[in-house]
Amino acid sequence: MHHVDLPSYLEQEAAVKDRFERLKQRPVSLEVQGLSKQFETRNGTVTALHDINFKTYKREFVCVIGASGCGKSTLIRVLAGLESPSSGEVLLDGKAVHDPGPDRGMVFQGYTLFPWRTVKQNVMFGLEMAGRGRMTSEEEALQWIDLVGLEKFANSYPHQLSGGMKQRVAIARALANQPRILLMDEPFGALDAQTRARMQGYLLEIWKNIDITILFITHDLDEAVYLADRILVLKAHPGEVQEIIEVPVPQPRGPEQFLSPEFLATKQRLEELIHPAQPEEESNGDHLNMMRMVRVDGDVPSVL
Amino acid sequence: MVLAVASFLLPLLIWSLISYVPWIWHPKVEITEPGTVSYFTPGMLVERDVFDRELQALQESGELLPAGKPANPIYLPAPHEVATAFYTAFITEPRRRSEMWLHQSLWSSIQVIFWGFLLSSLFGVPLGILAGTYDFFSRLFEPFVEFFRYLPAPAFGALAVAILGIHQAPKIAIIFIGTFFQQVLVISNTTRKLDPALLEAAQTLGAGRLAMLFRVVVPGIATDLYRDLRILLGWAWTYLIVSELIGTSSGITWFITQQARYKNFDNVYAAIMMIGIIGLGTDLLLAWLGRRIFPWQRAAAQA
Repeated sequence: MHHVDLPSYLEQEAAVKDRFERLKQRPVSLEVQGLSKQFETRNGTVTALHDINFKTYKREFVCVIGASGCGKSTLIRVLAGLESPSSGEVLLDGKAVHDPGPDRGMVFQGYTLFPWRTVKQNVMFGLEMAGRGRMTSEEEALQWIDLVGLEKFANSYPHQLSGGMKQRVAIARALANQPRILLMDEPFGALDAQTRARMQGYLLEIWKNIDITILFITHDLDEAVYLADRILVLKAHPGEVQEIIEVPVPQPRGPEQFLSPEFLATKQRLEELIHPAQPEEESNGDHLNMMRMVRVDGDVPSVL
Repeated sequence: MVLAVASFLLPLLIWSLISYVPWIWHPKVEITEPGTVSYFTPGMLVERDVFDRELQALQESGELLPAGKPANPIYLPAPHEVATAFYTAFITEPRRRSEMWLHQSLWSSIQVIFWGFLLSSLFGVPLGILAGTYDFFSRLFEPFVEFFRYLPAPAFGALAVAILGIHQAPKIAIIFIGTFFQQVLVISNTTRKLDPALLEAAQTLGAGRLAMLFRVVVPGIATDLYRDLRILLGWAWTYLIVSELIGTSSGITWFITQQARYKNFDNVYAAIMMIGIIGLGTDLLLAWLGRRIFPWQRAAAQA
């Protein structure tokens, strides 16, 4: 695919190297130890995740990437506490977590705003659950809405918003609880390319401005390289950590970096990991069986 | 809207054709002039072949001929007669002093529906939501409810009268029995259809068990629940007629049977239509009210 000579994705500029040194000095925010998850199905036990180990540091942006069916979503659901692991542990600031809780904010792939609440009321939900008074939570909610740039829509209902706006509200709603980590499960997966690029920009902006660790799941290689400090690459069947890549693209990020050598080198490495070149024999039967369904008259000459 | 009006005009048109076009149907003859037929009286309805036979017999003997015009049987009044009955039914004085005026009958029916449906909802809605939310309650309630809903409510009529007496109470009980068990099942199903992602989102936002029930499940299903109740209210009306025949006949049903006995079929039709109008009117009113109560629903209807 790439015919240009790219540097190795392992090469880091001095500034980038220095940044990773400092990053690893920070306290550990989320730690996953020996995490496995099995599901019972009719055809026996399926191992979705096998012996996952990794750490995220405070204020770090980690992307999890992998082919579909590698257990990315299962992983983030276990981290959120929506599913319990078969073995292993999830530690947040050194303490084990089991159930869902407001210390781990979650933004889902689908739209999960409460349709009966306005934007403001949606953002206030977590604050109300925490037992805050109406006045303070309303004031705080408006600040979060301001942060995601939707102050004009504070009193709109979710059905009046576009997909991108809905996800921004979902981010504000998760952040309003001031979670220690923000878990994002392909939050921009349902958006069109343009909106998606804009949302990535917003997210980086928010991340820079507030003190938050982000774990972001995606299957989009560009998105992962653009957003992440480090990328956790998962392998399917069973879901295992294949490699943890330190992204050599300098911070702060901008769209102009999409064509920089470091960016492309990282992307190439991801491509190798996720879509390895298949040996000829294995790909037998994996090609399309093309068959002319209609007789072709000489009317339209073939261009081949 | 045009088609909605047409859907009402079409049956009305057929009814008018049958009533006003003399050569369509009209199996009877209304006597206008009895002639010398001894048992004919003016205004009497006789079968057409009887009339023809008498006419022929008299033509041969050369006596005074009877006259008449084609008519429909008494049980099919013309639209204009029913239309006037909408007014005259209200001013028709009851034949006995103990009997009720139409407006009293209607009011009694509405009260029976109201209390039956209110009591049913008071128990049915919470139970339905519980069964739809928690597996435990679903397994505890639903098998019995599933069985009981196959027992026809009118079958409990005699029992209801024996226990609750002959007045309004057994009628309310029948409507309760007819509505309640369906209500639990319908509402528990509606509750189960709530998007589980909303529940998960609420959990990650720190909602506890009670908050999940009252702050997520209840508002989440509110619009569908409201629609369910509107449909169930329609069912309650169908049980009304049966329930009013139990014990002492009462309400609109009593009025209808009584008027049919006096052969005031125009009043009967008018009363039946009044039930329809009250039912449809209530539903439209509730639909309008629903759009006020649930402002977030407006676009959902468009989408």
